[in-house]
Amino acid sequence: MRDYLTFVLKRLLQLAAVVFAGISAAFFITHLSPISPVDMIVNRVAAQASVSPLAIMELRESLSALFGTDLPLHIKYFNFWTRFLVGDLGPSLLAFPTPAMNLVMRALPWTVGLLMTSILISWTIGNILGGLGGYYQNNRFLKAFGVVAMGVQPIPYYIVAFLLVLLFGYFWPVMPISGGFSINVRPGFTFEFIASVIHHSILPAASLVIVGLGISFLGMRAMVSNIVTEDYVTYAELAGVKTERVVFFYVIRNAMVPQLTGLAMALGGIFSGTIITEQVFAYPGLGALLVSAVNAGDTTLVLAVSSIAVVAVASAIFVIDLLHPLLDPRVKVK
Amino acid sequence: MFAVIRDLTRYNIEFAIGCLLVGIITLFALASFFAPVAPTMIYTVPPDMPPSMTYWFGTNSRGQDLFWQLSYAFRNTLTFGVLVAIISRIISITVGLLAGYLGGWVDRVLMFFNDIFVSLPIFPLLILVYFVLRSNLDMFTLALIMGCLGWPFDARLIRSVSLGLRHREFTRHATFSGMSPRKIMFEEHLPYVMPIVLSTAIANMIWSIGMEVTLAVLGFTNLNIPTVGTTLYWANNHSAMIVGVWWWILIPVVLIVALFIGLFLLTVSLNEYIDPRSRLRRMGGA
Repeated sequence: MRDYLTFVLKRLLQLAAVVFAGISAAFFITHLSPISPVDMIVNRVAAQASVSPLAIMELRESLSALFGTDLPLHIKYFNFWTRFLVGDLGPSLLAFPTPAMNLVMRALPWTVGLLMTSILISWTIGNILGGLGGYYQNNRFLKAFGVVAMGVQPIPYYIVAFLLVLLFGYFWPVMPISGGFSINVRPGFTFEFIASVIHHSILPAASLVIVGLGISFLGMRAMVSNIVTEDYVTYAELAGVKTERVVFFYVIRNAMVPQLTGLAMALGGIFSGTIITEQVFAYPGLGALLVSAVNAGDTTLVLAVSSIAVVAVASAIFVIDLLHPLLDPRVKVK
Repeated sequence: MFAVIRDLTRYNIEFAIGCLLVGIITLFALASFFAPVAPTMIYTVPPDMPPSMTYWFGTNSRGQDLFWQLSYAFRNTLTFGVLVAIISRIISITVGLLAGYLGGWVDRVLMFFNDIFVSLPIFPLLILVYFVLRSNLDMFTLALIMGCLGWPFDARLIRSVSLGLRHREFTRHATFSGMSPRKIMFEEHLPYVMPIVLSTAIANMIWSIGMEVTLAVLGFTNLNIPTVGTTLYWANNHSAMIVGVWWWILIPVVLIVALFIGLFLLTVSLNEYIDPRSRLRRMGGA
């Protein structure tokens, strides 16, 4: 138990380092940008109405004070962290006085929901089918599935999502292809709203599941086809252990742990996939928010979205890593 | 070398198909050197012509012959993929061999950075880079940045092989006969990790080309350089699907999917060949 606690502590340190490095990178990259947020707002105000030059000067000064753009970079960096730790990332430019954090928090549940559902579905089904495919290597259905998975797996999320839009939105229009729920439905805890959300999430989730299913299927099949040649499996079969028991508790159980690590390592990539999928389906999540923030030159919002993305992905990997020694007693927690 | 390729094509149908697909796409890309028109010029042919004998792949709404346009786009995309693969291979070989052979604190420090790079969300970072550089972002800069982000998985793989090599007899002989660590790493150990380097390089190309296509389709790269991604971007921009110019989208998508599947089959078959257990099973079963 004490070993496990030191392991957790070590991993926690690493998590802090990853979050620190990721957010620092995001901070410095955005602050190297030649686009000044103050100029952006001033230009917008000046374009909308004729205001006296003196008022514009005052606006510029107060905005500079608000954003702290005149300060040297290292002080800005320090201020950013002190504000970040209390959860304040400054106002967004897209929707000016609204704090960027509010916009991010509004978008976050959509992304997390979409990601969780599609990962759970694709990981579970992919691993069970992959395990069976590795054990019954001559089954015709599983072999065909393997060929299809191999064909689909290398195709980028974008192309899959795009083909789904074409198929189900253009040639056979049965699915809604944009938005998170219908316009005529009022958000709330009603059956109508929930049904609409599920209906709208089918296509985006499907595009993530199709690619993810192939990845875990192929990984699991390769793993299992190595495990079935081990002596203990042959022994169990000869000793008359029931086949289902051998497959699920002797083979798949052992192959599952590396697959879990694989999932943790692939999480960053899957998150990128979500961003793209959301953009294709105009889903109101973090990805769509990030893309519109970049297009509008909204520095604070871009920084807020990337920081939250770094924190979210790193903590998800952290949680999976903590599960690892609990599932596999052979892993030494040093 | 030739014996290996012969074995692979004989016992491994995936390898043969992969070679065929990648070969066709490469030939198609090489054809751009004989293009009769400059690929960046627009309105050189009548726009929106469907595929025919004169225009094999049709023409797009910007008045470009899609055959030559795509040929040039694939040349750029492939060059980009190879460039990223080379840059990230250099980093991953160096880090992997150093960490594996030297061990100790070098290993700990390098793997610490490795773990950080593994969990960085790369796509948002690339969008940030575009956010700063805008249209100054050329092909080479993007390849350099992606090369610097795409090494950690493979470095870990190379390190694990190199860890095993360190305790082999020949390494001890080399050390005792006074070979420098640098020489041992790059002359004795490098040949052993070469097969892994090759198969991960192809996997890395799939990753980087996919990223580039995605970035370009969203409009986050330099849109004046013809690549597969920017071709799709312009097609979307001209609402090709709604106007009915389906060949402008369908042909690039089919070709890029063929390239991805080809490259993927190559990595899968190479990985199987590298693992002696699965290689023997296949040869025995064939």
